[in-house]
Amino acid sequence: MHSVLLVAAAFLASAVEMVEALTIVLAVGVTRGWRSAGWGVAAAVVGLVVIVAGLGPALANLPIDSLRLVVGTVLLVFGLQWLRKAVLRAGGLKALHDEEAIYEAEVALLRADGERRGHDWYAFTVAFKGVFLEGLEVAFIVVTFGGTQGNVGLAAVGALAALVVVLVAGVIVHAPLTRVPENTLKFGVGVMLTAFGIFWSAEGAGITWPGADLSLLGLIGFVVVLSFSLVALVRRSAAVPEMTAS
Amino acid sequence: MKWVAQFGKFWYDFLIGDDWRLAVGVVITISGVFFVAHHGVNAWWLLPFAVALILVISVTHEMRRQSR
Repeated sequence: MHSVLLVAAAFLASAVEMVEALTIVLAVGVTRGWRSAGWGVAAAVVGLVVIVAGLGPALANLPIDSLRLVVGTVLLVFGLQWLRKAVLRAGGLKALHDEEAIYEAEVALLRADGERRGHDWYAFTVAFKGVFLEGLEVAFIVVTFGGTQGNVGLAAVGALAALVVVLVAGVIVHAPLTRVPENTLKFGVGVMLTAFGIFWSAEGAGITWPGADLSLLGLIGFVVVLSFSLVALVRRSAAVPEMTAS
Repeated sequence: MKWVAQFGKFWYDFLIGDDWRLAVGVVITISGVFFVAHHGVNAWWLLPFAVALILVISVTHEMRRQSR
């Protein structure tokens, strides 16, 4: 493979994985707060650096399917819980603004207990898992693409370029996202976590998706249609006035 | 000891949450997907279908609970 093609292949493959990680971090950061999500990202990056530096080319022997199975299953369970709450809220069976009561309770706890309760382990764990798994996949791409062509350095250049492009995209997308209503965002997060969870856990269990990574788009569409159908069902049975998912 | 209890509560809330059916249904389904995949069947449709069923069961259960 020509050097340019090697860089391009590593860039594109890494970019796909990084966009997946960015989606999860943005979703968690916007809905649950940036500080804990940021700590999750930082811990994942430190873990990745330690693993990549320690294992080097031996990375290709790590049981990536087992990791996908565990991370995907946990994300799917967590995502379904969010989606269930979002459907019930949008359908009128759960108060749309119960977050305000939760927020007030959290603030009261903070005042009573200093700043120690400020850390959100949910945001930390979800961001950590997303970045750690995708980061490992990028490391695999660099080691396998670069290893087969005898030039790991060039493959790493492609992955680094992808990191810069995806980070810039994240900064640009982050601002408009913060203006989306909270409940709509939570609905979106539930959809994304569920779709990613289905994709990863099935892959880890040994399934090959038709269309590979492109099938994620189909899964997202499937979960959106399912969620809105359930919202319609809940609204009809609850006979509540028409509301939006926000 | 308090830390262990908090750690356990975190994972319970994270994985079980408001409805245990979601976690149990997902684990059973993924075990089934693992089984069929390792017997040569690429049943990629199975998990999305089961996830839809699990969510419908959980939401309708909550609808019935609230209508009582």
